[in-house]
Amino acid sequence: MCLFSCCSMIDLRRIMCRGGLELLCDSEKIHKVNVDLPNGAESDDFTMKHLLSWVRTNLIKERPEMFMKGDTVRPGVLVLVNDCDWELSGQLDTRIEEKDVIVFISTLHGG
Amino acid sequence: MEAGEAKSKKAGGSRLCCICNQRRPVLKRPKTLQQICRECFYEVFEEEIHQVIVGNRLFKSGERVAIGASGGKDSTVLAYVLSELNRRHNYGLDLFLLSIDEGITGYRDDSLETVKRNEVQIVSYKDLYGWTMDEIVKMIGLKNNCTFCGVFRRQALDRGAALLKVDKLVTGHNADDIAETVLLNILRGDIARLSRCTSITTGEDGPIPRCKPFKYTYEKEIVMYAYFKKLDYFSTECIYSPNAYRGFAREFIKDLERLRPRAILDIIKSGEDFRIATTTKMPEQGTCERCGYISSQKWCKACVLLEGLNRGLPKMGIGRPRGSGNDQKDTKARSTAKSIESKQCGSLEF
Repeated sequence: MCLFSCCSMIDLRRIMCRGGLELLCDSEKIHKVNVDLPNGAESDDFTMKHLLSWVRTNLIKERPEMFMKGDTVRPGVLVLVNDCDWELSGQLDTRIEEKDVIVFISTLHGG
Repeated sequence: MEAGEAKSKKAGGSRLCCICNQRRPVLKRPKTLQQICRECFYEVFEEEIHQVIVGNRLFKSGERVAIGASGGKDSTVLAYVLSELNRRHNYGLDLFLLSIDEGITGYRDDSLETVKRNEVQIVSYKDLYGWTMDEIVKMIGLKNNCTFCGVFRRQALDRGAALLKVDKLVTGHNADDIAETVLLNILRGDIARLSRCTSITTGEDGPIPRCKPFKYTYEKEIVMYAYFKKLDYFSTECIYSPNAYRGFAREFIKDLERLRPRAILDIIKSGEDFRIATTTKMPEQGTCERCGYISSQKWCKACVLLEGLNRGLPKMGIGRPRGSGNDQKDTKARSTAKSIESKQCGSLEF
């Protein structure tokens, strides 16, 4: 049974911004967020695609083009869902659930 | 659907690590598209680098080796992995950290704090050349900053290596960097550099040879390794870099990687297999008349750029050269120029 079928929001444990991305979010590295689901959406429909759009609107305070390109993250930004490469879970189609931990790491800087 | 099942399905749990077939995969390798777990990732990552080091005979036992350490992701992982492999496989190397302070406020001063937690030799542009990057940019504006910085840094690393009396320098250039450089040199028609830029060891005929153990290592894997191993590194873009031409090559490479990750290694392979037509005129290697550093012109690039800075001619040395550079010989000795600038490389006393 789905634990949160009656909720209209998803409570994420945290979203982390690393590799310089934190500068786009007022220098906050860690964000604990509750995400409101889009109207009428079921909580099992909530994917990374929705989350990215939410992050762009609510967390990114400047230079959104450093974080996203079109619908997805800018090439060079790594995404981990519960410490797992999102390429393994379908990238934008990855389903996001209660208490998930999302990490965005930018690789676009000097080494 | 059961919540537990949903979670494991999402994490690719219906599959297991390609290598050990036991654990949950956490990463998809761009090099091979394999899905692997954390432990297997550490193993293949470290083992592949070990094979690159051994296969290309990068080191000899007993050598003193300086690691170019900026505090960034590549050099931090390099220092960690190299010291681990040195221990595990008995390379017999004496490792040192070498950092360059270009004098960029808010960038280098912060990243050096990360490196300073270990013992490190720091060489600064201010001491070597009499100019910080901030001062240089004030004079030349926001164009061609990387030209100055790159040329100065190359020499600064050699000078630092001479101070440490090391036999070799290693840098953290990764596969993405090298693929970008190949493209950059094609875009600029720089045939001389194109022929050299994929060599894993360079400068064997110069003061200090330098090598790039990460030549075939993807940037994504370096970042993931640092993340999983919780290695602390400094990650901000140099404030002057948005204007760099390399940015275009980087953007292109990243887009390519998304479509076909193997492209990065394939570009390097293409670069390695380029052969220059025998009819193409190539610059001859000599030494700089002013400082003795390696140079294909009468004066090395660093001397030309410095002369321009000291004479208030910021465009000197930028763009294609005209004639044989005779105008550089007509300069009076600068009483204000620090004597350090004219010392032969390797003969500095501090």
